Amino acid sequence: MPEKIWPIGDAALLVELGSRIDTALNSRCHALAAALEKRSGVREAFAGYSTVTVHYDPDRTSFSAIRSAVAKLLKEKPRVGPSGRLHRIPVTYDGPDLAESADLLGLAAADLVRLHSQPIYRVFMVGFVPGFAYLGPLPPQLQLPRRRVPRTHVPAGSVAIAGEQTGVYPLPTPGGWHLIGRTSLPMFLAENDPPSLLRPGDRVKFHPV
Amino acid sequence: MARTSPAEPVLRVEKPGLLTAIQDLGRPGHRKFGVPPSGAMDRFALAAANRLVGNPDGAAGLECALNGPVLLALQPCLVAVTGADFTPCVNGAEVPLWTGVYLAAGERLSFSGRRWGARCYVAVAGGLAGARWLGSLATYLLVEKGGFAGRTLEAGDTLALAGPAPRPLIAGRHLSRRLLPVYGRAPALAAVPGPHHARLDRASRTSLWKSPFEVSRDADRMGFRLQGPQLQLRGAELLSIGLTAGAVQLPIGGQPILLMADHQTAGGYPVILGVTRAALPLAAQLLPGEQLTFRESSVSEAQDEWRRLRAALDLIA
Repeated sequence: MPEKIWPIGDAALLVELGSRIDTALNSRCHALAAALEKRSGVREAFAGYSTVTVHYDPDRTSFSAIRSAVAKLLKEKPRVGPSGRLHRIPVTYDGPDLAESADLLGLAAADLVRLHSQPIYRVFMVGFVPGFAYLGPLPPQLQLPRRRVPRTHVPAGSVAIAGEQTGVYPLPTPGGWHLIGRTSLPMFLAENDPPSLLRPGDRVKFHPV
Repeated sequence: MARTSPAEPVLRVEKPGLLTAIQDLGRPGHRKFGVPPSGAMDRFALAAANRLVGNPDGAAGLECALNGPVLLALQPCLVAVTGADFTPCVNGAEVPLWTGVYLAAGERLSFSGRRWGARCYVAVAGGLAGARWLGSLATYLLVEKGGFAGRTLEAGDTLALAGPAPRPLIAGRHLSRRLLPVYGRAPALAAVPGPHHARLDRASRTSLWKSPFEVSRDADRMGFRLQGPQLQLRGAELLSIGLTAGAVQLPIGGQPILLMADHQTAGGYPVILGVTRAALPLAAQLLPGEQLTFRESSVSEAQDEWRRLRAALDLIA
């Protein structure tokens, strides 16, 4: 699939390499972001699941120069990134949406818990707020659309699911995912650089407690 | 002439105002760990205030929302107030905006009432000292980092200088009103069609560019939820992508969100517009209940507009 590129305002652009949650595709995005960040005029490149958002300095590069660079970089053989660290995260599965989510999925709550805590998830990206890791892919039996009306307040430590994704809210924030549990392990590490326990490419296993 | 030593107290906060915090031009480069750039909402106004007192554009100053503080000068200093007009006064007498103003020790900078705008900026020659986090002094309230102990100012706080003030202190530098962004009520925000603009149906596209939107009460440094015509999108739910200030997201409810300085760094709602750098200062001065429209711009037009604005700063001698 050829890449698509669109501007986001006058100093950022979005490169889309695909539209699936896929480890290989995500690795290509991270590799492309890392390569773009080495170019002059690129301030920051953020790899999403299947996209790269490039923040650039229009005085030193341009939309079209980055588009050409992307096309060229994508022709190169992708590097294989190092496999990330494995984190074990203890979870109390008593979230306010556990019963409703199980109902919507046609599962018993215990099955939802078992299915959620079985896989080793990949950190596809960290974003939204400091330390929020987008983990996946979620088993197909657990996939629900986001809540129609997001919550204005989700407590820190909430373990949540949405679509093919799962994650832990590191801070009290608004949020539109379904809250199925909580953990006491801090995700946001204010005194560290980077200030996030989980980094792109890391792996995560949830343990019911 | 005597020089001011670093970390020397310069201003005491007698009244903090509703929401006053230290901001600089932010901490870009940490979005991949979920950290937004933060910094001044109206970047033009902060940069101009800094130039007017002889500072580099990115020195830390105060961002004051809605009313503004009362500040007592603990030593002679040069300040400039820019952005919103809250009627700045020195010892009770009004002083001009967008102008370098000398404060003698014991004089007070106060604000006697909001005439226009949402956020004013106060720069002090030498720049303000603060808690540095990930390379910036910008206050980020969500995690209580940067600025003055990661929080908004409170009565009794003492602000210190980050470094020696450039000497001599030259009062009276001024930025002409005709060189400012076109601030005003109901601004037309220049915006580039975003990655998912083409997913809007025809009627929604027309509404987006023709209809006014109102800033809702849900408007803060993270973003403004807008109210206006219901916008309809086609296509499947998206995977989360990296975001930037100025991105306009369209959630499932059909009411757009304009992302601002403390924006979420990733999100899964379609991005229908990117408000340009030159237009963000206009947005930063909007209050809940006020209106805006969107005006279509190309990337290169928007970049030229920003360069023109920035060139205005170079006219501050």
